[in-house]
Amino acid sequence: MADLRSNFIGIRSPNPFWLASAPPTDKAYNVRRAFEAGWGGVVWKTLGEDPPVVNVSSRYGALSYRGERMFGLNNIELISDRPLAVNLAEIKDVKRDYPDRAVIVSLMVPCVEESWKAILPLVEETGADGLELNFGCPHGMSERNMGSAVGQVPEYVEMVTRWVKQHSRMPTIVKLTPNVTSILAPARAAMRGGADAVSLINTIQSVVSVDLDAMAPTPVVDGMGTHGGYCGPAVKPIALRMLGEVARSPDLAGLPISGIGGISTWRDAAEFLVMGASNLQVCTAAMHYGFRVVEDMKDGLSNWMDEKGFGSLSDVVGRAVPNFVNWNQLNLKFKTLARIDQDLCVQCGLCHIACEDTSHQAIARLRVDGSRRYEVIDEECVGCNLCAHVCPVDDCITMAPQPTDGVLTWPNHPNNPMSGAH
Amino acid sequence: MDRGPDIAAGRVSREILALNFADAHPPLTDAQAVIEADRCYFCYDAPCIEACPTGIDVPTFIKGIATGNLAGAARTILESNILGGSCARVCPTEILCEQKCVRNAQEEKPVQIGALQRRATDWQMAKGVQPFTRAAATGRRVAVVGAGPAGLACAHRLAVHGHEVTLFDAKPKPGGLNEYGVAAYKTPGDFAQDEVNFVLSVGGVTLAPDQALGRDFTIDTLLNDHEAVFLSLGQAGARKAGLTGEDLSGVMNAVDFIESIRTSGTKEDVAVGRRVVVVGGGNTAIDAAVQAKRLGAEEVTLVYRRGRETMSATEVEQAWAQTNGVTIRHWAAPERIEGVGGAASAIAFTRGRVLDGRAVHDGEEFVLEADMILKAVGQHVVFDPLEGSGVETEGGRIRVDAFGRTSRPRVYAGGDCTAGEDLTVAAVRDGRDAAEAIHADLTKKKEV
Repeated sequence: MADLRSNFIGIRSPNPFWLASAPPTDKAYNVRRAFEAGWGGVVWKTLGEDPPVVNVSSRYGALSYRGERMFGLNNIELISDRPLAVNLAEIKDVKRDYPDRAVIVSLMVPCVEESWKAILPLVEETGADGLELNFGCPHGMSERNMGSAVGQVPEYVEMVTRWVKQHSRMPTIVKLTPNVTSILAPARAAMRGGADAVSLINTIQSVVSVDLDAMAPTPVVDGMGTHGGYCGPAVKPIALRMLGEVARSPDLAGLPISGIGGISTWRDAAEFLVMGASNLQVCTAAMHYGFRVVEDMKDGLSNWMDEKGFGSLSDVVGRAVPNFVNWNQLNLKFKTLARIDQDLCVQCGLCHIACEDTSHQAIARLRVDGSRRYEVIDEECVGCNLCAHVCPVDDCITMAPQPTDGVLTWPNHPNNPMSGAH
Repeated sequence: MDRGPDIAAGRVSREILALNFADAHPPLTDAQAVIEADRCYFCYDAPCIEACPTGIDVPTFIKGIATGNLAGAARTILESNILGGSCARVCPTEILCEQKCVRNAQEEKPVQIGALQRRATDWQMAKGVQPFTRAAATGRRVAVVGAGPAGLACAHRLAVHGHEVTLFDAKPKPGGLNEYGVAAYKTPGDFAQDEVNFVLSVGGVTLAPDQALGRDFTIDTLLNDHEAVFLSLGQAGARKAGLTGEDLSGVMNAVDFIESIRTSGTKEDVAVGRRVVVVGGGNTAIDAAVQAKRLGAEEVTLVYRRGRETMSATEVEQAWAQTNGVTIRHWAAPERIEGVGGAASAIAFTRGRVLDGRAVHDGEEFVLEADMILKAVGQHVVFDPLEGSGVETEGGRIRVDAFGRTSRPRVYAGGDCTAGEDLTVAAVRDGRDAAEAIHADLTKKKEV
């Protein structure tokens, strides 16, 4: 059986699944339940200076799609609204009772060295395993020049990280905001500041829906709404891209990454691991179904690793990174063609109309002895995959790679005015 | 012990009767409807559309339910089939749209198109208004004879085109089989009349109840003050079984039995035998048998001449009967009805089999004791009122062309009195299409 034990920047946990800093990790009560359920660690909900922040009532908006609830979740909750001392005492108790689990403390205080210098010893005293600097929260706190207001300015990221490393001996993770043009700049700044790791992504600025009766964005707070932070399965593609960018960047080599963003299943977890994350943080899936979701994540990941012959996490981490390249490096000679398994086809016609209306007119609609039949016109098929995606039947439409004669990339392509061929 | 036939009303309590004749298939809840609507793949060139005699754009209306556009969903249904509400309840969807649903191929469970159609049409009917308005009045008058599904569909479409319609029916209430011939639990309460009112709320249609062709008017008199006539006479006659003892008391046509249930409010006054035998293999036989059981009959046996596969009642209907405790016996032809003191007491059958690909009944005889015998061996068109009218018949039905035109100019026909499947939805199509033909013919004449 695969070994799921994790050692992330010296912080050990029985598995790589940590609960992200969020409502599920706001109190000892929740965290104890999470540990009983089998989570490897938690990043405690972000602590700030006293007096604590005040949260609004009505905090979440959600995107549901065709019966799938909370495909995306949007929240306007701020950091922990409990007194600092209460949180610190609870962290200490929990860590004492669960010494084998990772307990990380998320922090967010003003961009003033004194503020950081003051809070760090208090955290260290709890016996927690590490810190996560919340430079990502994109709503509310950013209006107070914290959270993503810091994360969006690489100089601030570097500066604060440096203060923290100067005034604390704790392993430090810098949590990055995706609300930037390039994730590389803040990642590099964190590295320069001495961060032990980065975590990404934090939530994405969003208006999840508009209440057409209230005429206000949701969640509606007494007739008005504000933008929030978007998370859940819907953000996974964005997270994977940013994760991959950081992981493959040569100048960031060796910077450990904790992957966050819509991880809901063991398969998602495996994808984050192979794209370069060596630790995983989860929130929305737990908020949707409770802490028990970790069971199948661990079990499924372990079974998949067994099947693939991976003994430990280090065998898995980063496996797909070398294959994540710029478009320019893709082989233009590669060709794949759609293949329809007529025995599996249910004759819904979706492949035909998608291709006919919006692509390459490469799927013919036929009537053979009165019954519907859809056939690929190889000469017209560009191998775009759209038909395979719209087909409701698993494995009915597959893409068949054709024999490839060598490699030709855009930099060398004769159509490229910049290529050597000209 | 000499005991007469046991036929009685009120075999079960009023409360049980109310339950037994309540909606057999309650509507989907809002949440169920959305979940079910989301199962639709929104097929292109969808097979369900093709399978619907009225060609309802099923994926489009289901999309409307999924997105909360119920007004659009209802309009999509009703513009093809103004009786979409009753069709949602009585259509044998298992041999029509739902049989063709591509989900069958994938998971052997079609989208519940009928139930979704009910969701949308119920929503529209609850609104109290129909989504159609009449074109400017043409001043042209059309007579529609028979206010069943075909007649209602025809009258509605003619009214939408601006014509004035007189809608005759021999019965006191409009609706035809929807009012008098459908199992009560399929359209409980006053659904049939509610739907008629909904359809006629478009305006321009004048009801003429208790008016029978051949008794109160003729085609000639109609044509004196109407420019066209649409005949939707249905099949008013019940076939005789041709059995000795058919006239004994306790022997009834299944359609009359069903009508007696339809016209009773509480069903407490409907008499049913303790032991009932139903002869026939169609949906009328099923409706009679199941309702007999639900009225409190102790034993109900449905006997059909041939095998399960040739019954015109669908497999779903057969299973429904069996679930309701009806015993179905195949391969038995009725021979004679036996009686005691003028009342039926038993019915004798001869067992049958397939011989050289044909059904033969040469087996042993068996006798089923019965207090009540219901004949459901088919109905037929009653032609007497058409004699001398110039409207020709063929194969027991009124002969019409593809547009519903009969052999007599200005006279059209559709529904069960013409050839084709005897289904509510087919009747609606006939009425609708004949209305379009009448409208085209009237308009064409005007132009010339």
